[in-house]
Amino acid sequence: MVSRSSDPVTEPRREDQLPSTASTAVKIVIVGGFGVGKTTLVRSVSEIRPLTTEETMTEAGADVDDVSGIERKTATTVAMDFGRISLNEELVLYLFGTPGQQRFWFLWNGLFEGALGAVVLVDTRRLEVSFDVIGRLEEAEVPFVIAVNAFPDATSYLAEELRSALDLPEQVPIVVCDARQRASSRDVLITLMRYLRSSAQTSETL
Amino acid sequence: MTTSGQDWDTAGPERLYVITGGRSQSGEQAALDLVTLIVTREESQLGMQPELAAILRICRSPLSVAEISAHLALPASVVGVLLNDLLADGRVEARAPAAKLPDIALIEAVIDGLQKL
Repeated sequence: MVSRSSDPVTEPRREDQLPSTASTAVKIVIVGGFGVGKTTLVRSVSEIRPLTTEETMTEAGADVDDVSGIERKTATTVAMDFGRISLNEELVLYLFGTPGQQRFWFLWNGLFEGALGAVVLVDTRRLEVSFDVIGRLEEAEVPFVIAVNAFPDATSYLAEELRSALDLPEQVPIVVCDARQRASSRDVLITLMRYLRSSAQTSETL
Repeated sequence: MTTSGQDWDTAGPERLYVITGGRSQSGEQAALDLVTLIVTREESQLGMQPELAAILRICRSPLSVAEISAHLALPASVVGVLLNDLLADGRVEARAPAAKLPDIALIEAVIDGLQKL
């Protein structure tokens, strides 16, 4: 088959096709600073090679240096990597790794809407990035867990030290992971789901 | 020799404007979620807009809106506009994502699936 070089369409590989019975999808968002390992985590558990989707964001140029006094809007294309896990014949989980510039995460229309929850991937060398995103997740009422991607040279914080440094409520789980390892990344996702289960059970008994 | 494709940036606003006929997703139609699953119901016809035909081709087995966006190299919102056209014509079926939590049965199903990885 000859394909035109200008045709940007790629086809899903045969082995990547979902069964026709796939009926319901859920999503989890992986947030964290630049270079913390979001795409690494997505790649290690995804059944497909991570794909990239993009969106054009328009934001008022309020925080942009603007001396003209004219309202400006800047359009920026933001790309996001994502992966997929077929949980059973009907249920499919998508994992979205947010892009580096955190001001776009919450502008992305519908990214967090309907998400099961979020994983905040933390680099203990740059806690300040996590601080801001945690505040925003709390505001948006998106449940989350903290996963410390254990870089070999990172200072090892005790979970409780990290909890107080990030000002986290005691019920929010904090786990250490190695985002390169499939089992470790999977365990982070299971931790999030168990946390959601216990929160749901608590709210049911109230 | 030049081909028409070299005259503009392939991801530039002009191309996107042409693909959607200048429409954006904000309208009477509900925005599709990134993980809404799309399945082809009717194959494409001759002369159909190439992007629409491509969607019908790759969605023979279910694909999320995000995956369609990735395979077509188009923004998710542009894909949303195209999908609304296909939905209106009954050429594709949309399978909505799971409703808002808490749903213990759904959570259990996700945990079970992850444990089998």
